[in-house]
Amino acid sequence: MENNLKENKTGIDLTKKLINEFQSYQSKLNGDASGNLNKLRMDAMSVFEKTGFPVKKMEEWKYTNLSPVMNHDFKFSSDLSDSDITQADIDKYIFSAGSVNLLVFINGIFSSELSSVISNNESIFIGSISEGMTSHKEIFDKHYSKYADYNNRSLAALNTAFFPEGAFIYLKKNTELNTPVHILNISDTKVNSVFSQPRNLVVIEEGSKIFIAEDYYSAGDNSSFTNMVTEFYCGKNSHTEHYKIQNEDERSFHVGMTQVHQEQDSHFSNTTISWGGSIIRNDLNSVFDGTNTESHFFGLYLLSGKQHVDNHTLADHKMPNCFSNELYKGIIGDNATGVFNGKIMVREDAQKTNAYQSNGNILLSDDATIYSKPQLEIFADDVKCSHGATSGQLNEDEMFYIKSRGIGDKDAKSLLLKAFVSDVLDSIKIEEFKVNIEEKMEMKLKNILK
Amino acid sequence: MLTIKNLKAKIETSEGDKQILKGINLTVNPGETHAIMGPNGSGKSTLASVLTGREGYVVTEGEVIYDGKDLLELDPEERAREGIFLAFQYPIEIPGVSNVNFLKTAINEIRKSKGEEPMTSVEFLKMMKEKAKLVNIEPEMLSRYVNVGFSGGEKKRNEIFQLAMLEPKLSILDETDSGLDIDALKIVAGGVNKLKSNDNAFIVITHYQRLLNYIVPDFVHVMYEGKIVRTGGKELALELEENGYDFINDLKENAEI
Ligand SMILES: Nc1ncnc2c1ncn2[C@@H]1O[C@H](COP(=O)(O)OP(=O)(O)O)[C@@H](O)[C@H]1O
Ligand SMILES: [Mg+2]
Repeated sequence: MENNLKENKTGIDLTKKLINEFQSYQSKLNGDASGNLNKLRMDAMSVFEKTGFPVKKMEEWKYTNLSPVMNHDFKFSSDLSDSDITQADIDKYIFSAGSVNLLVFINGIFSSELSSVISNNESIFIGSISEGMTSHKEIFDKHYSKYADYNNRSLAALNTAFFPEGAFIYLKKNTELNTPVHILNISDTKVNSVFSQPRNLVVIEEGSKIFIAEDYYSAGDNSSFTNMVTEFYCGKNSHTEHYKIQNEDERSFHVGMTQVHQEQDSHFSNTTISWGGSIIRNDLNSVFDGTNTESHFFGLYLLSGKQHVDNHTLADHKMPNCFSNELYKGIIGDNATGVFNGKIMVREDAQKTNAYQSNGNILLSDDATIYSKPQLEIFADDVKCSHGATSGQLNEDEMFYIKSRGIGDKDAKSLLLKAFVSDVLDSIKIEEFKVNIEEKMEMKLKNILK
Repeated sequence: MLTIKNLKAKIETSEGDKQILKGINLTVNPGETHAIMGPNGSGKSTLASVLTGREGYVVTEGEVIYDGKDLLELDPEERAREGIFLAFQYPIEIPGVSNVNFLKTAINEIRKSKGEEPMTSVEFLKMMKEKAKLVNIEPEMLSRYVNVGFSGGEKKRNEIFQLAMLEPKLSILDETDSGLDIDALKIVAGGVNKLKSNDNAFIVITHYQRLLNYIVPDFVHVMYEGKIVRTGGKELALELEENGYDFINDLKENAEI
């Protein structure tokens, strides 16, 4: 361990602080310390201690350097005093005044006062994971940490070690929930730099349906570091629409893993939108564990200044007859950097796989950078796979045509850029949420085209 | 309204610069319709591009005065706001941008530049319906993306529809007739004729005399190798129809002597 840490200079101090924090957390556990859950925590911590934070020499982290994150004096949720964020403060983060199941987490800690859940009944649980793990113990034990493997993934290990913060969502068999769930995460950085580690578990049983919007904000002048993990279990013939939106400010860091387990005939769709934050790394992995499953990955990154956003995705076709489709688009301005690494894995048994992937980028400045890498690993012979990546500037003929009608340079660009990403935004099926996203995009585009 | 004096322009290509316009002189007054004819490659579209401010064209000599202003100093969008409109020879497709959104943005930008309030949605829709009738545009086409999936004829009609919506002072129609069958040609010409007034002017670039039966010009100019080599009344178009551009060969021979 010592050797590894010495080699891995990135974040030695923060790593040490986390180890201390873990020890003091353990000492407060008393009776809980011997349970299975705590064994998992200890095991996960030992994995993190071995590797520490990821560094650029690791192939998977080639383009993303976390060392700027380490220079901040982060406070952990246990050290933080209560946040003074009020109902009035969160109103601006809420996309619907109408019916929505709202879960609010401030610095990773569930706020029951600010949350409002209207759909709970004997088939539905929407709440904090610390409550859900007791009230729905059987479900929790069956699914928690069964999908997000933390071996070789030190950040997921770190998240697992500091459990529990986060949301628990459970739909029993054949439950169609049309009222969306909104998981609102706010880092309150007014007084301190904040380190939070949300851990969400979503269990959608056979034949059920859900819409989930998960978004992240920061409020205040200090820095924040979010290390989140969300696990999805999508039962047979279930339908899940999931949106993750990163709205943090330029002092924020966000690393996260969304791990999806799909049973036969299930349908999962994710849209990841990143326009806030300083350094972002998203891992989205879906494992197809039944035949005839369908998965859609949509992504949008809209970057300005020195922003750095790295999206790694994996569609893991283990079974025959599955379909995956991926569409990621980026608009990159100033000195910003985008990274797209989309992996399609088609294992031996996954005959009749259909897997498609496309990544398109528009670079708005000479100093903007995109690293786009498709990765197809195909071990079955009867498959249809395609991938394509483009990057370029706005089309000059289109620009001239639009300007020749009296539309100025910025508005012309904005029209074309909105058109460019419209198919990604169309993946958002909660109408009010989509409108909210479009307004935010308008603002972000103004900022990029300033 | 428009005075072009000894205009010379070149284009910058990957193979180097190429002089296209070699001294154009033209004056257009309000209420007038000018036809510019001439063989392919004469520089007609280049003139339209220079007048509307397309990138890649460099004016090497001469000047263009429009409404007392130095036109060449203005950006393309400023020229449009000042009332210049080009119906493109090859209209561009813009996937993802609807006709409605495109035109609404354009109209409101033009209004904003004049210090006027934006048009309300109701006013806008009403105007769209009226103008769409003028050129037989199906309302369904308006909600579609700009020119995407339109036939050649639909694209040309859409150009004239945009013209009708933006109500320019000086309209340049670049081969709007090419690719139109006779019925479509009549519709387009009929639309243009309804839009003509004593305050606006049209420059109609065409290859064939046919269109000029329906949009009757006050002046016909023949352009050849970047110059206007002949100017006359509408009868010149008929003469060209009958004799073709033979006289150009005469000009050439004279030049060679
Ligand atoms: N973008 C361009 N690149 C290279 N050559 C061009 C370009 N635009 C026009 N030209 C050339 O300039 C000349 C005039 O073209 P154009 O103005 O389109 O003529 P017209 O409209 O009269 O047919 C032609 O020789 C044409 O090939
Ligand atoms: Mg032409």
